Amino acid sequence: MSKSNFTRRGVLKTSAIAGAGVALPTIFTASSAAAYTNEPTGSTVTLGFNVPQTGPYADEGNDELLAQQLAVEHLNGKGDGGCLNTFTSKALKGNGILGKKVEFVTGDTQTKSDAARASAKSMIEKDGAIMINGGSSSGVAVAVQGLCQEAGIVFMAGLTHSNDTTGKDRKANGFRHFFNAYMSAAALAPVLAKEFGTDRKTYHLTADYTWGWTQEESIKAATEAMGWETVNAVKTPLAATDFSSYIAPVLNSGADVLVLNHYGGNMINSLTNAVQFGLLDKQVNGKDFQIVVPLYSELMAAGAGENIKGVLGSMNYNWQLDNAGSKAFVKSFGEKYGKPPSNSAQTCYAQVLLYADACERAGTFNPCGVGDALEGFEFDGLGNGPTLYRADDHQCFKDVLVVRGAQNPTNQYDTLEIVEKTPVEQVTYPPDHPMFGGKDASLGECNPGA
Amino acid sequence: MFGLNKKDGLLFLVVIAITLLAPFLLNPFPENSGMAQFNAGYPDLLQRFAIYGIFAIGFNILFGLTGYLSFGHAAFLGVGSYAAVWMFKLFTYNVVPAIAFAMIVAAIFSVLIGYISLRRSGIYFAILTLAFAQMSFALAYSVLSNPKFNLTNGETGLQVYSNDPQMFHRDGLPNLPHIFGLSVRASYELELGGWSFTFNVGYYLCALIMLIAFYFAIRLFRSPFGMMLRAIKSNNTRMTYTGLNAKPYALAAFVISGMYAGLAGGLLAAMDPLAGAERMFWTASGEVVLMTILGGAGTLIGPVLGAGLIKYMENIVSKINDNVLHQWFAFLPDGMEDFMVTIIHPFVGKGWNLTLGMIFVLVVIFLPGGLVEGGQRIARLFTGKKARAAEKSSQSTPAE
Repeated sequence: MSKSNFTRRGVLKTSAIAGAGVALPTIFTASSAAAYTNEPTGSTVTLGFNVPQTGPYADEGNDELLAQQLAVEHLNGKGDGGCLNTFTSKALKGNGILGKKVEFVTGDTQTKSDAARASAKSMIEKDGAIMINGGSSSGVAVAVQGLCQEAGIVFMAGLTHSNDTTGKDRKANGFRHFFNAYMSAAALAPVLAKEFGTDRKTYHLTADYTWGWTQEESIKAATEAMGWETVNAVKTPLAATDFSSYIAPVLNSGADVLVLNHYGGNMINSLTNAVQFGLLDKQVNGKDFQIVVPLYSELMAAGAGENIKGVLGSMNYNWQLDNAGSKAFVKSFGEKYGKPPSNSAQTCYAQVLLYADACERAGTFNPCGVGDALEGFEFDGLGNGPTLYRADDHQCFKDVLVVRGAQNPTNQYDTLEIVEKTPVEQVTYPPDHPMFGGKDASLGECNPGA
Repeated sequence: MFGLNKKDGLLFLVVIAITLLAPFLLNPFPENSGMAQFNAGYPDLLQRFAIYGIFAIGFNILFGLTGYLSFGHAAFLGVGSYAAVWMFKLFTYNVVPAIAFAMIVAAIFSVLIGYISLRRSGIYFAILTLAFAQMSFALAYSVLSNPKFNLTNGETGLQVYSNDPQMFHRDGLPNLPHIFGLSVRASYELELGGWSFTFNVGYYLCALIMLIAFYFAIRLFRSPFGMMLRAIKSNNTRMTYTGLNAKPYALAAFVISGMYAGLAGGLLAAMDPLAGAERMFWTASGEVVLMTILGGAGTLIGPVLGAGLIKYMENIVSKINDNVLHQWFAFLPDGMEDFMVTIIHPFVGKGWNLTLGMIFVLVVIFLPGGLVEGGQRIARLFTGKKARAAEKSSQSTPAE
């Protein structure tokens, strides 16, 4: 039906035929000849970068976008090649993916599930994106992952820390490189025991939404297992900006450790309030009062300024990591943008390269082929050290960093110092772990769409 | 025709033609041209045009006719979405019961909220509705999504899982919302030379429902009931002094308008089976006010145009990034190219809100009647004699 007589009559005729086609559902659904959704047919392949460009996580989103652009540059053989030189898989040649030049489109998630799905859909339906990457919130990640599963597109998650993303909401077409709340807890617990002893009383302040709950659940389980006692856990509304009224009761509760299950602006405000109340100078039960922020990010650390000195937390990646992949990435990123990459930038960069590499190894862009290539894939050289993409739940397993707010920062980027690299064995859990949906959780079938 | 007078009938025919041909009209540029960036004829956006058109038409029945400014209309949209997704989860992926249920639930909600809010008017009414909407948002976002009683699934949004009961679902039916077996995602692609047009089941479903909603709105505008609502807008006190209780009329308008919002919410869920709490946030309520004012409050077609403009900005302008800009100005010398990109950069991509804001300010200052007034002025330029007649009619019926 690809007539090119674009006259008025021609259009009318063809639309009449199209109308007839609409009436016949069998023709209708089987009209596409492509083997899978958005099969690239020309000399280029389009990736969709869906990041928050407005809203509370806009800073993280823009950092992700910088890293994604850098990754595309490296894939197309421009720049210094970055991690392509250190990546253990040598399938990528710097000539695009499977010989096709990599192009990209961007969208704004606004950190809202709805807007994120709309922009992902427009990238899929209008721009023909074959893969969606990015995002800075677990709610958004779960929503977009579901959409990609339905549409038959691969989703390479960006920053998402909730257990649910690869837990009860896991999907065959979705892949997460970032770590999760359970891993944070498992990595932090031994360090906490070492630093603060095994006889502590904790008080949780938790952002009242999905991510906050899974984080609180994970930290509680891990700390209680080593002998700590949970005095109280209070949910705070996500929109709260002043946490004084939540901090005051902490002083009289008999707790001597405060865990802030907050992220972004929430964390900056609650930590600032806690420090202003002088919690860190107090002595309770004969011990120094301590604050723990389980999930750190560079941008939050910068926002909280002085207040984070000495506060413990965990990270997926830090630019100070001393391995070949990390050095290559920091060098590329720094030379191009004049600052070190953040946690979220690194995970997006790695995800784009991992996707491209999986396509090369599979020899196809078909989501099922790409999925097979990623499942059980072991690699190194992307900055995190040796990593495994587990087949059962599409979660990456690698060392987790425990970090502390730097006591004497030497420059504005030196806000966090690495306390310990928790080895991967310690943070590994079975795929049917109760916090991850238990026995019911399943990836389902991979969906190539069309 | 259709029981409408000649002018309305013509307007309705034009709207029918535009909606049915939208996949053509909104894809005016060949796929590989640089202008393809501005094409809006892809299913997701077309569906949004129709759905938010319904939402704005409904809002206009309340705001345009009675003058009551509801600042919490998104609550009904959200409630409709949740209701529809629960239908999907419990019974069937067929969209018909889901949409019907969405409207019923939204109607119940709007009776409750309307009964209380309509005790006040003006700014107090707006604040009351806003308060109720924010309450609904907070309920959906955290209170009703705790692990023990999970009605809304909080931040993640309510979704359909493979282990949901779905009593009337059977094998062979699409695993996505469908209309009697025909998936709403099913599309037909038509390649014509360099052009590519997509005809999508979901869009035509939304378009059909929007046409029905639009027809119902015209009939309502022209009915004695509509006249009564206009009377409330022009002088509520005088109505009361003539011994007429205006409140049931206002409540009826509020509920009808709430049901329109519920219908829109149900359709949103039917096109994409996920309901998020952000749909109820106050910015979403503000958006429909913007749509209506931008297009022309109190006019029939205005809100639909306003909805279209805002959704176009949100989905098309927000996707123009620096890369695209560099491509556009690649023909200029290097320095000039960078200069142009720097100038335009703040207004596109993440700056789409800024551009929208400027358009809104310009429209409110220069075209107080919205886009519809702009259209009328342009029409007047071409037809000298009809001009005065149009002006006269627009003066005699200010509520239009």
